[in-house]
Amino acid sequence: MAVRRIELMLCTGTGCVAGGAFRISEALEKEIQKQGLEKEISVIITGCNGFCGQGPLMVVQPDNIFYGFLTPEDIPFLVQEHFLKGRPVKKLMFSPPEKKEPVPLLSEIPFFKKQMLVVLRNKGIIDPEKIDDYIARDGYTALEKVLSSMTPDDVIDEITRSGLRGRGGGGFPTGTKWKFCRTEQKTPKYIICNCDEGDPGAYMDRSVFESDPHLVIEGMIIGAYGIGVSHAYIYVRTEYPLAIKRMDLAISHARDYGLLGKNILGTDFSFDIEIREGSGAFVCGEETSLIHSIEGKSPEPRPRPPYPTQLGIWDCPTVINNVETWANVPVIINRGADWFSKIGTETSKGTKIFSLVGKINNTGLIEVPMGITLREVVYDIGGGIPYDKKFKAVQTGGPSGGCLPYSMIDVPIDYESLAEAGSMMGSGGMIVMDEDTCMVDVAKFFIQFTNDESCGKCTTCRDGSAALLEVLTDVANGDGKELDLEFLYEVSKAIKDASMCGLTTLPNPVLSTLKYFRDEYEAHIKEKRCPALVCKNLIKYYILPEKCTGCKLCLKNCPPGAIKGELKHIHIIDQSKCTKCGTCLDVCPPKVSAIIKVSGKETENITGIEEPYPVKRRGKEIKN
Amino acid sequence: MAQLTLDELRKKRKEAKKEIYLREGKYKSKIIVHMGTCGIAAGAREIVTAFLGEIEILTDKDVMLTTSGCAGLCSMEPMATVELLNSPSVKYGNLTTDKARRIFKEHILGGNIVTDYAIGIGSEKGG
Repeated sequence: MAVRRIELMLCTGTGCVAGGAFRISEALEKEIQKQGLEKEISVIITGCNGFCGQGPLMVVQPDNIFYGFLTPEDIPFLVQEHFLKGRPVKKLMFSPPEKKEPVPLLSEIPFFKKQMLVVLRNKGIIDPEKIDDYIARDGYTALEKVLSSMTPDDVIDEITRSGLRGRGGGGFPTGTKWKFCRTEQKTPKYIICNCDEGDPGAYMDRSVFESDPHLVIEGMIIGAYGIGVSHAYIYVRTEYPLAIKRMDLAISHARDYGLLGKNILGTDFSFDIEIREGSGAFVCGEETSLIHSIEGKSPEPRPRPPYPTQLGIWDCPTVINNVETWANVPVIINRGADWFSKIGTETSKGTKIFSLVGKINNTGLIEVPMGITLREVVYDIGGGIPYDKKFKAVQTGGPSGGCLPYSMIDVPIDYESLAEAGSMMGSGGMIVMDEDTCMVDVAKFFIQFTNDESCGKCTTCRDGSAALLEVLTDVANGDGKELDLEFLYEVSKAIKDASMCGLTTLPNPVLSTLKYFRDEYEAHIKEKRCPALVCKNLIKYYILPEKCTGCKLCLKNCPPGAIKGELKHIHIIDQSKCTKCGTCLDVCPPKVSAIIKVSGKETENITGIEEPYPVKRRGKEIKN
Repeated sequence: MAQLTLDELRKKRKEAKKEIYLREGKYKSKIIVHMGTCGIAAGAREIVTAFLGEIEILTDKDVMLTTSGCAGLCSMEPMATVELLNSPSVKYGNLTTDKARRIFKEHILGGNIVTDYAIGIGSEKGG
């Protein structure tokens, strides 16, 4: 290709695609053609950039300028102003909420500044559908090194010394796992890449597949060489069509280049990868269930030991690692175990990818060194809580992780510290909650999820989660009794003690909210009050007679037609019809703010008016 | 596609690197072509093409070519600013494609300012 002047790195992760990234790329191509710039400028389709909250987005290189919230209508102006006349367009740049001036350069945006890219080093720089882009970024150099100068034992030794631990949640030392499998007598052996990412709000693995599939492939080839494997499976959920498409393409390109298949790069080593699609059951992320699923059996876990390294798929020794774990391997081989083990803390080495979601200004995918505190992630990278609301909790580790309150915000992110605080590292979901989040509701949501997803094999998990859900629903409805909290605690403990598989951490949301937010549970039970004003049975909406202007906005928008009134008459909510959907609160103009939400005792203190009356008689009526 | 050997993979990498240099941000020098309305009218587009042509034949593509708005001296357009790492920027005016190519060879590659076309060293102070 001829030399270009500008490259537009357009993010096409799933988030941006849903936001219309391909419409942006069409608009760009069209306008670039129109201006006759097609020889100087090219649009590069990249994987997830990470700053998903700003999508659809792109980065202009070599200027390193970041544009977000793009629409096809912005494109003609942008192309003419910036790419033709060289004047970057301020209104499309990122502006932090507290500042008025936009930040043009990607490298200056706080969201990116504190991150440390190891696994995601190619994100937004390469086209994931082009193997040459990956190779240009020193891709497959680690494989070269391994095949030309390292023995399988050297490989395992290097990974062991690096201190890499499983990124799927368990945190088992990767090198040790590989060694267990290597020393097994039985052959053939297998490796599996676990991309059955099921945590609500988590999309780390998907993004790695979508932005840099060859990194995972290279890691798997190196692992296979070290362990002595010639066949591997990638288990990915079928709900990830883009990830599957890109991985499929990457595997076929790697085969074309002789990086997979017989006699890789002209050596004696042969290895190939097969993709298996799962239909998205949460339990399949558990390694023994996953193996059963690939074997075509019902995806239920089995007791361990024996571990898969002894008795895995097709009853053969098997290593299962998560996507992110495999993706760390080439980097460790290239830069050395010593370099890698300098990043992070005493027991947790390297970096970790998190999907930062929830009530946070900068939603997105981040990679940070282990040992960084929750505060740095939430406030420095995440940019704090929107609308100046108060931080309430952060939930790490997916549905079976725990909710940590503000008092725990200086906890360093590593396997041990998070477990000690009552949560877990998990696979990397991080959900931020603000003062408007009810912790009973959150616990209920997660238990609802695990109850739906429980495979049903163990009684404690199957019936225990149902019992938790029932009691949590009672508490949220205001029907809770004082003994309920004791019950929740006991059942949670029983589930943890007596269920079999790795997902028995499911009561963690209950245990951690009971520990840190007991007062909220008590308010629901004793005062019939939901402090965050979320639980519908415990709240009421009122129209303040002294503020209502009688504009009919809420009346027209109320779905069940529960609002009485007429133009310039003070409106009234009929509580017997109100479904508490909150539409009236949303539509009431901010300068009027006549609608309030109350809970508990306050509901009794509000004295509404009986019948609508004209706004201009307001002063008199209230006195009476 | 024939399967690669170790050596062929290395060769392929060397080739592939030429395609992605723009994204990696490793530059020793920077050319800014001023593309205000005045610049474009005076022929700045051809100057850009001329510079691009020169970059194309480089092995190490460590020259960044970018554009900016009007430099304020419209009568001297087309203009370009050349910045070498750790030295002050130099503005050139009244460019033609031939002048651009000479500046590229002597200043960007050779490190010597082409005094024949230079109209100033350094940039105006912001204030």
